[in-house]
Amino acid sequence: MAEAERSLPRSPAVAVAESEASAERSRARRAWRARIRNVLYPVGVVLGVLVIWEAGTRLLEVPAFLLPPPSAVAVSFIANAPLLLFHGWITTAEILLGFALSIVVGIPLALAIFLWPTFSRSVLPLLVSSQAMPKVAVAPLFLVWFGFGLLPKVLIAFLIAFFPVVISTAVGLASIEPEKIYLARSMGFGATATFFKFRLPNALPSIFGGLKISITLAVVGAVVGEFVGGDAGLGYLLMVANGSMDTRLLFAGIVALTVLGVVLFLLVELAERLAIPRHIIAGDRGVHETA
Amino acid sequence: MTQTKSLSSETNAEAAYLCLQGVSKVYATHDGPVRALEQVSVGARRGEFLSVLGPSGCGKSTLLMIAAGLLRPSSGAVSIDGAVVTRPRTDIGIVFQSPVLLEWRTALGNVMLQAEAKKLERTAAKRRARDLLGAVGLSGFEDKYPHELSGGMRQRVSLCRALIHDPNQLLMDEPFGALDALTRDQLVLDLQQIWNKRRMTVLFVTHSVPEAVFLSDRIMVMTPRPGRLDRMIDIELPRPRTLAMRETPEFAAYIREILDLFLARGVLREH
Ligand SMILES: Nc1ncnc2c1ncn2[C@@H]1O[C@H](COP(=O)(O)OP(=O)(O)OP(=O)(O)O)[C@@H](O)[C@H]1O
Ligand SMILES: [Mg+2]
Repeated sequence: MAEAERSLPRSPAVAVAESEASAERSRARRAWRARIRNVLYPVGVVLGVLVIWEAGTRLLEVPAFLLPPPSAVAVSFIANAPLLLFHGWITTAEILLGFALSIVVGIPLALAIFLWPTFSRSVLPLLVSSQAMPKVAVAPLFLVWFGFGLLPKVLIAFLIAFFPVVISTAVGLASIEPEKIYLARSMGFGATATFFKFRLPNALPSIFGGLKISITLAVVGAVVGEFVGGDAGLGYLLMVANGSMDTRLLFAGIVALTVLGVVLFLLVELAERLAIPRHIIAGDRGVHETA
Repeated sequence: MTQTKSLSSETNAEAAYLCLQGVSKVYATHDGPVRALEQVSVGARRGEFLSVLGPSGCGKSTLLMIAAGLLRPSSGAVSIDGAVVTRPRTDIGIVFQSPVLLEWRTALGNVMLQAEAKKLERTAAKRRARDLLGAVGLSGFEDKYPHELSGGMRQRVSLCRALIHDPNQLLMDEPFGALDALTRDQLVLDLQQIWNKRRMTVLFVTHSVPEAVFLSDRIMVMTPRPGRLDRMIDIELPRPRTLAMRETPEFAAYIREILDLFLARGVLREH
């Protein structure tokens, strides 16, 4: 858009088309910049923290068993990659099974709560107190009951992770404008069709909001289970590394768990993107909209 | 359609199609019962454009919901062709005060919802949906989601949704209430055009006196809450009505009559 170009005589139609094109260009440019910002800034912050950490531990000569520099953690991570991978798989399996169980139990439970007020009144207090109870405290009990295998970890993950699924689903199902239900009735939709065409899509943003909380809690649950009693998994590896004062491996394990947690979260987010149009993803509405 | 016992046709000898007889509605609220409607009897002839006009809170929406079978009257009855309505009527087209579109469906998808409910043949229904959207100036917007449409556009989509199954009766609750004057004029003209072609029975709730006079065959003016029928006014202006007609003395006389009524009832006050 040089000065010379602007002074040229143009027909109004051309001018409009041109400003349309320029609006499109500036929109694309803005979107591109936003994308760069979204990646660059957080990466920059992380790098900055790593640099300060590295420099700090070296300058202050912090002993490696207290706080190893990130470079040492990275070396340990690579050296122990097969070990981390092996234990990582086991933890992943526990998390996914616990998460799946949360969905399989949580959504029907929410449905029952939504459909039958009496059921809701009788079950909700129990449900809420099950959340007030510290799950870590029952972990040893689970070991006694279910042994040292996968099962107790899956159950602890489930116990911690299912509550948000229940609540967000129940809230999502209940929070629909009455006019939409009137509309469904006057169009002649039956109860089932009304549920699948109106209520469920209306609840999806809220449900996915709950699932995203749930998956991060499932990670916590699995690791807690492994802490209390296990012979495999990243939580177990952390305990072993801690016992042998291998702080580098401890940090490598924490990094592996973090990466695992983030990847699983992103997978749930991907499922959300596929399931519902972008513009109604929670944030505008959904989680924040209670009945 | 809900066909049950027949009403004794003591009122409205002139074969009313939609008939409300002694309809009252009392809402139970925290601070006692609220009388929304009181003994409203009114009949709409087949193919008639009947408007319901009244101050805010006089029970217009309640009346429309009762006529649609979506609310039960506390007493009295609604009948269609003599058959008492006991369930939500599915043979009508209804436009609510707000557009009530599904955010996860496109404009076309929202119109097609009605077709899905009525199990209309898909391709034909789709063609008709596109035609309807085109008729109200929305061609090119079929695949937009509600949040990409203006308020007026959304209300037009909901109008198309109410029309796609070619209903014999259209119930509209202040469909243009939230729109700017220009969009409103256009939609009123569109609606007149659609009604002129099809001549369905219309129950049209509005706040706007000129809108009611412009569109209606008859206007039912209601009293302030509890809503009762105050006066029935026949509008005998030639059809189709044009914007210029709004400047005529006949038009002004109807407006005057209604405003005088509102002044007399204390709905309006000239200080
Ligand atoms: N669900 C309800 N519960 C209790 N009271 C109600 C309910 N719906 C309406 N009312 C009351 O009934 C009266 C009539 O309400 P209605 O919505 O029918 O009025 P309206 O004429 O449509 O008003 P507006 O023109 O402002 O839309 C009002 O006083 C309102 O407070
Ligand atoms: Mg109303």
